[in-house]
Amino acid sequence: MLRLDSLTKRYPTGDLALNDVSLEIPKGQVMALIGPSGAGKSTLIRCINRLVEPTSGSAILNGENLTRLGSSALRRARRQMGMIFQEYALVERLSVMENVLSGRLGYVGFWRSFLRRYAQCDIDEAFRLLDRVGLLEMADKRADELSGGQRQRVGIARALIQNPQLLLVDEPTASLDPKTSRQIMRLICELCAERNLAAIINIHDVALAQMFVQRVIGLKLGEVVYDGSPDKMTPEDLTEIYGEEDWKATIRKVEDEDVAENETVEAV
Amino acid sequence: MSTAIAAPEFVGTRKWRKPPFIESKLLRHGLLLITIVYLIAAFGSIDVNWERVYLGLERGWKFIVAFSRPDFISRWSDIRDGMIESIIMTIASTVVGVLVSIPIGLGAARNIAPLPVYLICRAVVAISRALHEIIIAILMVAIFGFGPLAGFITLSFATIGFLSKLLAEDIESMDKAQAEAIKATGGSWPQWINYGVQPQVMPRLIGLSIYRLDINFRESAVLGLVGAGGIGATLNTAFDRYEFDTAAAIIITIILIVMALEYTSGIIRARVQ
Repeated sequence: MLRLDSLTKRYPTGDLALNDVSLEIPKGQVMALIGPSGAGKSTLIRCINRLVEPTSGSAILNGENLTRLGSSALRRARRQMGMIFQEYALVERLSVMENVLSGRLGYVGFWRSFLRRYAQCDIDEAFRLLDRVGLLEMADKRADELSGGQRQRVGIARALIQNPQLLLVDEPTASLDPKTSRQIMRLICELCAERNLAAIINIHDVALAQMFVQRVIGLKLGEVVYDGSPDKMTPEDLTEIYGEEDWKATIRKVEDEDVAENETVEAV
Repeated sequence: MSTAIAAPEFVGTRKWRKPPFIESKLLRHGLLLITIVYLIAAFGSIDVNWERVYLGLERGWKFIVAFSRPDFISRWSDIRDGMIESIIMTIASTVVGVLVSIPIGLGAARNIAPLPVYLICRAVVAISRALHEIIIAILMVAIFGFGPLAGFITLSFATIGFLSKLLAEDIESMDKAQAEAIKATGGSWPQWINYGVQPQVMPRLIGLSIYRLDINFRESAVLGLVGAGGIGATLNTAFDRYEFDTAAAIIITIILIVMALEYTSGIIRARVQ
C-alpha cells in the first residue's frame, strides 16, 4: 500500500538524514521504526507526508507518488495519512472537541471550519471516537487541562477522524509513564486492527515495540539495518542498530513482562 | 567513584570566585575609568542658568497650585467636547490599526510568510516605527488640515508599526509542533492560520490591542498640540490663555481616564490567559 523507493533526505546543513531507504508496507501492517536518536526516524515519517521535503526518491501511496504532488493534491493526500505526535501537539488553547474536529480540516471549507459549523456526521464521528478513547466527558475541556495520556488519546482521535489509511506515529509514548505508554500503544494497535490501518510507529522503547507490533525496522544513520519480525530480533541485531551494549536484559525482560501484562490487561 | 565527602586534597585549598565578564584586567579597569570620566564631563557640560531657574520655579509653583483648585466649570463644554473627540479618535484608530496590523503581522512573521511578502511587511513596520507620532501628525495636518481626522490617521499608522511588529514576533516564537499537526491534517493555509496559529497568539494580540488603546489615548492628548484635534487642542488653548486652573482640570481628567483604562486592561489581560 505504501512503498518507499530510495527515499533520501539531505538537510541544508549537509546532514544526510535518510540514505536510499526503500521499503514496502502492506495494508493493515503495524510497523515499528527503531533506532538511536538522529537515525532519521522522524525525518522518514515526515518525508512521507512531506512536512519535510525529501531530496530524492519517492513515496508511493496507493499508486500515487506523493513526492510529485502540487500543493492542493498534497493536501488531499495528507487526509489519507493521520499523524500522531510526540508531546501530543494538540492546539492547547482549543477545546478537546475542536482538536478532534481539526482532523476534518482537509475535508471542509474554510468558513465552515472558521465558524466551527461542522457537518453532523463529522460531529457524530468525533463523539464516537472520543467515546472510543474514553474521553467523552472531556469534549469541551481545553486541551491543556488534560493529562499526558489523555492528550495523546485526543491526538489519536484527531488522526483517526481523518479516516486515514495510514497512521504516521512519531514517538507516541516518549513523554508518558510506562503504564500509560502501554495503554497508548495498545490503543493504537487495536484501532489499527479494527480499521485495517497500516502504521509506522517511531519508538525508542524496543521492549514496548516488540510487545505490540508485527514488524520492526531498524534505522541507523539514515539506512535500514534491520527488517523483520520482532520475535526474531537478537542482541546482535540491537548491537548493529544501536551499538555495543548488553542487550540480553532488554529482550528477556519483554518476554517476562509480556506474561504479566496479559494478566493485567483485563484489570486496565 | 563519587563519594559524599570531598576528597581530602580539596578541603580548604581551592578558592572560587565567579569569573569576571571581561577577562583582561587592563580592559576591565580601563572601561570603568573611561565611563567615570565621561559621566563627569557630561554633567559638566550641562549649562544651567540658575537665574532663569529661579524665575521658572515661581511659574512652576503657580502651575502646581492650580492643581489644588482645578476649574472644571468655566470651560466645561470645551473640555467635554475635547474628551469626546479624543475618545472617538482613540477607539476608531485602535480598531482600524488592529485590523490592518493583523495581515501585516502575519506577513512580517518569517516562519509563515514567503520572503518577498516578509520584506514588504517588515518595510511597512520599519517606516511606521521610524517616524514619531508627532512628525506624522504634522504631515497629516498639512495634508488633511487641522482636526481629528489627522489625529485618527496618525494614530492608526502608529498602531500598525507597534502591533504588527509584536504580533509577528509572537508568531515567530510560537510552538511549531501545534502548527505542524494542523498542517498534517491536510487543511488549507487559512485553516492552518485559524487553527494552528491564531489560538497560540490570541491572548497576546488581545493584550497588546488593549495596551495600544491605552497608548493611543495618551498620544491623542499630545497630538492636539500640533493641531491634530482631541483634548490636546483644548489643553493647548488653556495654556495659551494662561488658564492653568482649566489646564489642571484637563490633566486630572486625562490621568483619571488613563488610570481607568490601565485598570480595565489589567483585568482583561488576566482573563484571556
